[in-house]
Formats: sequence, C-alpha cells, structure tokens
Amino acid sequence: MSKPMDQYTWQEIAIGGILIEPGSAREYRVGDWRSQHPVWTKSRCIRCGVCWTVCPEAAILEEPEGYFDMNPTYCKGCGTCARECVTGCISMIPEEE
Amino acid sequence: MGHRVGMEVSIAVSHAVQLARAEAIAAYPITPQTHIVEHLSSLVANGELDAEFITVESEHSALSACIGTSAAGARTYTATSSQGLALMFEILFIASAMRFPIVMNVANRALSGPLNIWNDHSDIMAARDIGWIQIFVENGQEAFDHTIMAFKIAENHKVLLPTIVNLDGFILSHVVEALEILDQEAVDKFLPAYHPRYRLDPKEPVTMGAFAMPEMYTEVKMAHQVALTNAYDQIVKVWEEYAKLSGRQYQPVERYKTKGAKVLLLTMGSLSEVAEIAVDELREAGVPVGLVKLRLWRPFPFADLRAAVAGAELLIVCDRALSLGGAAGPVMAEVRSAFYPVASQPQILGYAIGLGGRDVSPQTFKEVVSQAQREAQQGPSQEFYLFGVRG
Repeated sequence: MSKPMDQYTWQEIAIGGILIEPGSAREYRVGDWRSQHPVWTKSRCIRCGVCWTVCPEAAILEEPEGYFDMNPTYCKGCGTCARECVTGCISMIPEEE
Repeated sequence: MGHRVGMEVSIAVSHAVQLARAEAIAAYPITPQTHIVEHLSSLVANGELDAEFITVESEHSALSACIGTSAAGARTYTATSSQGLALMFEILFIASAMRFPIVMNVANRALSGPLNIWNDHSDIMAARDIGWIQIFVENGQEAFDHTIMAFKIAENHKVLLPTIVNLDGFILSHVVEALEILDQEAVDKFLPAYHPRYRLDPKEPVTMGAFAMPEMYTEVKMAHQVALTNAYDQIVKVWEEYAKLSGRQYQPVERYKTKGAKVLLLTMGSLSEVAEIAVDELREAGVPVGLVKLRLWRPFPFADLRAAVAGAELLIVCDRALSLGGAAGPVMAEVRSAFYPVASQPQILGYAIGLGGRDVSPQTFKEVVSQAQREAQQGPSQEFYLFGVRG
C-alpha cells in the first residue's frame, strides 16, 4: 500500500476491497494483538531454524550470528515456535500490564 | 422484435437467462424455483446454451460457486427460494461486498416453520440487508424482462452489484401466461458481452476477498452503501433503454389510478394485479382509492414514493412478511421511515396479508380498505394489522 491503512478514504478503496498492489499484509500490524512473546535462551539454542520455519507470520528474524528473535511488529504471540523448538529453548513470557 | 407465446413463467425466465447468454450457472433445486434451473440444465445439456452448469450439494455451495465463476469473469446466474435463500445467507453478503454482478431469481416462498411451500415474502425480507439490488415483478412478462435487464444493471461498471429479481412462488413461477419473448438479435444488441473490471487472471494478479482491519472496514462499507444508492440512476437508465426496445416502461414506484385518490394501497409483486381489480371496483362504487406499486426495494426509491403518495390522506401498506416482535412488517417500517421527515404526510397503516400462501382476492383488498378507513377515523387500535387472522 502506498500509504498507511488509516489514511485511506472510502473513495480511494478499489472496488470490492480488491487488493491491486502486492505486499499489503505489511500494513497488518498484528503484533498489537500479542498477550505473550517468545524469549530465546541462547545457551540452549542450536541455531537449527525450526522456529523461523514454523512461524505462521514470518515474524522471526535471524540475527547475524545465527540466533533468532521475534519481530515485535508482527509477532502475535501464538507460541508455535516455543512448542516446536527442538531443544525447548523458547519460553513464552506474558506481556507486562 | 419478439414473438408471443403461452409459457410457464419459470420456463420464460430460463429463456431470459439463455437469451442473456449466461456463461456460468450454479444452482440447487428447491420448490417453487426448481423449474427455472431444471430447464436451464436441459438447455445446457442440449447444447442450446453454451454455459458451464455446476451441480452442487447445497445453496451455500451454489452461491459460493457463483462467486468463483464471477471472479473468473463469467456472466453468472443462479436461482433459489425460501430455505435455499436462507442457506445462502452468509454468502449473500460476501457476493455483494466483493461486488460481483451475479443475477439471481428468487421465487418467493414462506420460510419454515411451520413448513410451508407457498408464497409470501418472508424469505427475501429476512435477506433485506444483504447489499444486493432487489426488484419485484408483477407478472410473467415482467419476470422475463427484468431477468434480462438485471444483467445489464448488475454488470454496469458504475454499479457492479449482484441483483435479485423476485417473483412470487407458484402464483407466478408455475402459471402459464401469454408473454413476448424477445429475439436473440435484439437481446444481443441490448446486452453486450460482460467485461469485468477485475478478474482472476495470473497475468494481472489481484487479491480478492482479503480481510479488512478495523481501519478499513467502515470505508469499504461506505463505498458499498454509496454504490447501492447510486445504482438507482443506472437502473432507471437501463429500464428506459429497454422500454425503447420492448415498449414496456418500468418505474421504481408505479401508480395506478392515484389521481384524486384519498386512500392509497401499497403493494409489491403479483398482488398488485389483484389490487388493481379491487381499485377498479371501489372506484366504480365511488371510493377515492388508488394503488402504489413498489417495484424497486433496494436501493429504496424514497423520492419516487414520496411523490407518488403526495396528496393522499391514508396510505395502507400491505406487507407479505412479519417482523415478529417489532413495530410493523418490514415494508411498513421502511415506508414509515421514508415519511418521518416529511412535513405533510398521510396517515400510514400497515396490513400483513397473504402469508404462507393465504389467498388474497380483490374482496380481501376491499375489506382491508374499509377496515383501514374505519381505523384511521377512530385512531389506530393496533401497531399493525395481521389481516384475516382467526380468533
């Protein structure tokens, strides 16, 4: 999208809500929905990348040294990464009130 | 231009779809709509109509398949009734929100329960807010004409909305009438091939049916509301163009002997012809009564209705469905809303008649007029009247 979603007027929306440009999902900042987030314990992480593979939002980023962390804009806190982690190095920590 | 035939109205409707050169049809049989799609399936099987006929296991799937073929850019048709329309319910809103110009005939029938296969308008009134264009017809010729015109209205790029043509179940769908069938050449000239604004095409990919976050949903709904309201102008234009072709001119609100009428009946669908007989007889007896026929239900023709009713003292709105637990039937509620901001307005009374196939004769309308005049004089004793109920 050429501008943020909350700046579109009704006249500017393509007919039937059709999306003509690619990449519009970037505007869906679903990280706002999160009530918990994953935290990696690096001492137990074998850098296998299973968490990166299974994340349904592609919201896990690989860091330069091969470890992983979440992208807070898109991580919904679903916990799939923590459940699938081979060594159990990911904990889901509740968001602070 | 055309030729006159004696034909069952359902078969005439299926010929209208054939003449419109529908390219995709997905439907499930349901009384009293069945003859329409049954005959269409024969036309396709016999090679008389070059269309994809998709047999499905339910009406939910029928309309879902129609959304698919319409998204692919095909001129798409379906038909249903009553429980079938109810089973389509969630897809009805999606078809209109995605702005697919699907044309559907609804052979109006009572909703269960109790189980009843006969005619009233409870099916379509329950689907009032689906965001489709909704038109009512009075006889077989109108059912034929409006089915052809519906494609031209729906597919207009200024409209792009699905359109329902309502015809009364059995009373119209199963009756043999004398009517004029237009020639293919004339229909082709009137209704060129459908050119979709967007369609599913790998060469020009788009996303259809994406979700809308709270930041967008309101704006998408506003665009839909404006499109449906503004469809009025194109509907009237298409009806005018068709009048030049057929000699039959249709209006959003039609008047019958309204000049000088102090009392007006308001009806929809096939009951309008019955009401005309009652009006003729009452006029002969010196009662200043007239008839207003509501053809266009969505978008609602506010200005036409106000103009048609101007000068009358009493307006009797005949509903063929109930809004149980509410103030009045759905048409009565709409009409009363239409007049609320108007300084000079008639007294408006609502009468529910002809539910679940209960016969409505000219005598019924005469009794309604006479009772309504009494009630209007004494002050209404009820919010609305369920006319003819025993006990």
